Amino acid sequence: MSAQPGPAAPPARNAQAAPATHRELFGAFTRLALQGFGGVLPVAQHELVERLGWVEREEFLRLLSIAQVLPGPNVVNLALMIGDRFFGWRGALTALLGMLLAPSVVVLTLAVAAMQLRELPWVAGALRGMAVVAAGLVASTAIRLASALRGNVLGTPLNALLGALTLLAVGVLHWPLVGVALGLGCVAVAAAWRRLGAAAR
Amino acid sequence: MTPWLLGTHALTAADWLQLFGHFLMLSLLAIGGAMTTAADMQRYVVGERGWLGDTGFGDAIALAQAAPGPNVLFVAVLGFDIAGLLGALVTMLGTLLPSSVLTLHATRWGESRRDSRAVRAFTSGMAPLTLGLLLATAWLLYAPAAAQPGSWALVGVTLVLMLRTRLGPLVPIAIGAVAGALGWVG
Repeated sequence: MSAQPGPAAPPARNAQAAPATHRELFGAFTRLALQGFGGVLPVAQHELVERLGWVEREEFLRLLSIAQVLPGPNVVNLALMIGDRFFGWRGALTALLGMLLAPSVVVLTLAVAAMQLRELPWVAGALRGMAVVAAGLVASTAIRLASALRGNVLGTPLNALLGALTLLAVGVLHWPLVGVALGLGCVAVAAAWRRLGAAAR
Repeated sequence: MTPWLLGTHALTAADWLQLFGHFLMLSLLAIGGAMTTAADMQRYVVGERGWLGDTGFGDAIALAQAAPGPNVLFVAVLGFDIAGLLGALVTMLGTLLPSSVLTLHATRWGESRRDSRAVRAFTSGMAPLTLGLLLATAWLLYAPAAAQPGSWALVGVTLVLMLRTRLGPLVPIAIGAVAGALGWVG
């Protein structure tokens, strides 16, 4: 507990604070994960940048943009990168486990409870309602991320076409993702490659 | 006790390997997050293997979204519903192992090449597919309740709250739970 800065002592602006021990790193990621209802990213930014001062704001944004293009959950990739920065791969593992262990216990406990209560009509209804909201949450994430396509070299019409084709193939026709990602993905990456070459000239 | 540890489906050794293998493969395709591969998980777990029903699949995602922690934990819930605690471990390990190893290596290796044509072609080419996959996931979550007018309203309210206010996802989740409990959805 003594390692934690009190609320009266905000982290200094430019001094790059860092976790002193694995335990501190683990604790920080557990704390931020347990606050993240519905999504961890906003809490992660607040805790790591504003409160603890372990990562500068610009750096956080840069790490996130890399985390987003790599496969895997964005916040998990972010935890790996930040943990790696402090204690190498062991730090990456510490941050990852800190982020996942306690929330896993919570969510699996809830799953057990839900399994036994699912017979109750109001519980089944509540879960159905939450699933519909989850659909809206995922859609809102997609809409928010769509603004990041503005500077995309493919241009709006091609982006919209590729997005719509992916939605059709995977969501409506239920084609396996591997084939869609490889087939459509190759076309999209090749098109981007060509346009980047043309733009450079 | 065994349903908690191993689930109720009595998976064979081959089933376990295939389950693990499928999630290992999806891990490397999960650009934009594990949620982008949920549509294919649904196809495999519900359609191909029949381990879960449509609503069971949606429940797992709703639960993980409502609970604290990264949304990727829906994978743990899926694994748990299919095959108990061991199932949760297998699906989570499969989902995180390849992408984590790749992330660590790629960030160390690729920092200097971020502006190269190949890396930029890859990231800009895959971006619209990522959005399409997210929308496909949204559609699959929505489809079981699509016929209900209450569902339309709920999705609309969620979109407005998330895109037009600073409220967190917990608010629409709570609204959805109450509306569902009152029998307005499905």
